[in-house]
Amino acid sequence: MGIKNKKEFEKNDYPIIAEYAGGGIMLASLDAMVNWARANSLWPLTFGTRCCAIEFMSAGASRHDMARFGNEVARPSPRQADLLVISGTINYKMAPVLKRLYDQMADPKYVIALGGCAISGGPFFYNSYAVVKGADHVIPVDVYIPGCPPRPEAYLFGLMQLQKKIMRQKNFGKVNYSEAKPIISDKTSL
Amino acid sequence: MTNDELKTVLTERFPAAEIKQGFQYVEMIVKAEDLHETAVQLKQTDEFYFDYLICLTGIDYPENMGITYHLESVKHRHVMVLKVRTTDRVNPAIDTVSDVWITAKYHEREVYDLLGVHFNNHTDLRRLFLEDGWGFPLRKDYVDEVRIVER
Amino acid sequence: MSEIREVIVKTDRLATDKYQVNMGPQHPSTHGVLRLLVTLEGEKVLNVQPHTGYIHSGIEKMCEAITYPQIIHLTDRMDYLSAHMSNEAVALCVENALQIEVPDRVKYIRTIMDELTRLASHQLWWCVYGMDLGALTTFFYGLRDRELILDIFEETCGARMTVSYNTPGGLMFDIHPNFQKRVKDYIKYFKTKLPEYDKLLTGNVIMRERTEGIGYLTLEDAIDFGVTGPSGRASGFSSDVRKHQPYSAYPLVKFNEILDHRCDSLARYEVRILEMWESISIIEQLIDNIPEGDYALKMKGVLKLPEGEFYQRVETARGEFGVFIVSDGKKNPYRIKFRSPGFSNLFALNNMAKGHKIADLVAIMSTLDLIIPDIDR
Repeated sequence: MGIKNKKEFEKNDYPIIAEYAGGGIMLASLDAMVNWARANSLWPLTFGTRCCAIEFMSAGASRHDMARFGNEVARPSPRQADLLVISGTINYKMAPVLKRLYDQMADPKYVIALGGCAISGGPFFYNSYAVVKGADHVIPVDVYIPGCPPRPEAYLFGLMQLQKKIMRQKNFGKVNYSEAKPIISDKTSL
Repeated sequence: MTNDELKTVLTERFPAAEIKQGFQYVEMIVKAEDLHETAVQLKQTDEFYFDYLICLTGIDYPENMGITYHLESVKHRHVMVLKVRTTDRVNPAIDTVSDVWITAKYHEREVYDLLGVHFNNHTDLRRLFLEDGWGFPLRKDYVDEVRIVER
Repeated sequence: MSEIREVIVKTDRLATDKYQVNMGPQHPSTHGVLRLLVTLEGEKVLNVQPHTGYIHSGIEKMCEAITYPQIIHLTDRMDYLSAHMSNEAVALCVENALQIEVPDRVKYIRTIMDELTRLASHQLWWCVYGMDLGALTTFFYGLRDRELILDIFEETCGARMTVSYNTPGGLMFDIHPNFQKRVKDYIKYFKTKLPEYDKLLTGNVIMRERTEGIGYLTLEDAIDFGVTGPSGRASGFSSDVRKHQPYSAYPLVKFNEILDHRCDSLARYEVRILEMWESISIIEQLIDNIPEGDYALKMKGVLKLPEGEFYQRVETARGEFGVFIVSDGKKNPYRIKFRSPGFSNLFALNNMAKGHKIADLVAIMSTLDLIIPDIDR
């Protein structure tokens, strides 16, 4: 994905020009500014299904304050939010609703999969007939936070990883990251 | 009333039913035709007055389909178990008791949804949890190769 | 003049229309994924129809393929705010079926953890209740106190919310050496904070206007619908399993069952606040007298229940939770059914909300304290 070594990944100083953003000096600073604004004011959508929603609420309370990351204003309407935190199990009846919510959000939008159920079905992976084995079968996910339920500190760490990912984005003309070509096979899978 | 007293009184009142002492509570097995009448009598006679339906369970036994009702009386504080079986496994049909205990209306919808048991005279028999066209998952012969990952 | 009046009456142009509004699965006030189809006339609610199933995970079918100690880890995730009590129900059902008696130490610890879980659950209910009415301060006060209980859980059981501390035959591990001191310190601290809850919300004029006389549920309806727990006790339905069919260490403690006869939302609110005081009193009676002994019995590696049907009830923070196991002698249950309190409580909502405004519907649903994965399993 373009990361060459661990040191490069951990640097978070945005005025450094040539390593992250594309273009010359003017566009690079503009990139850095836009990314800084987006990363530090992510507004989550109130979407909690199962127990992870309670840990998400704890992250918003006074002990693990997520307001210091700019994450405080949780909007109930998808048109006003830019971060969708999938906290809980997604089942076959809820999957179209999730897709519709994601479609209604305006760009730029980011998705965090919080908890085991959203990553892969979690404790409901084996023998369950109604659970989608991972929310990324429905919408693309940026950050996966494992745990059942993950601690609020784990959610804050995942949020910081998302912020680092946003800081590396190139907004003016260049490609953000090159994906591998999708493998198309004949196997019907989940 | 204690379990023994309950057993004697029930044996007098309902001679057609099979009454025995289960592990914790007195169990009464009735035929599917007598179910509604029995339920009305159990709720309205002052001696037992079973007005609180605790739990309604549908069970897929190997030979037949059964429904188990756990009943409690708030006045007298005794508990009993009422069971009914039906031999038809392809299209099972049992009388509803939702006019006796309102909460049975929704428990029966759940049993219809997950096991496929049809309830006669139910006012609103629809699926509750799953969508139309899904099978009946709690049956023992339910096979779903796409969705279930076996271990 | 009369011709004009006739025309208006005939064409019905000034009459209001009924329309249906969807309070959909994603909604800040439905406490989870519950869809309510509300038929409105203006702002007055005529009919509320709940549609469930958006979090149905097939737990009952999953349990038919796993062993009894493994079922306990799945019951955590159903009613996650009373996780310890749901675990205890399964453990007690298996122990009663095998007819074994756990040591006294286990009973005391289970009851203390039960009451701590009940406190934590009611604290979260209170903070979300205030938020639903618009008072955002309650969110921070409730969660501030709940975090201290979760710290105690984490030190002893390893997890904050989904504890899985019980196992058939006893507990997973012994309590931490700090447990008794921390619980005693917490109770001393919380006794000074619970009056703050009253000062903040109970006497507030807006809260009173929104809850007094709203959401009426008569006693006959409560028994007919099977509404147990604090919601039923506020209508006078005496259904506390801790009093009528006691288990663990409840026969040894003295506490009151809080009954109220006013049947409205304010009664449901006050019953829960008083229950928090009762929980504190139960913990105080037990915390100093935990007897010494084993924390678990030695059980066989593979547990097989005898053939038969077994039913066990416990009182969670929402009402009566029941576990019904049908066993055919193998190591997996043949059929397991969870009698969840939320399932019966939810369907009484239509009776309670008819005739009120849509803003009252949100307040009434909040007093019922619903957890949707508990309803859908």
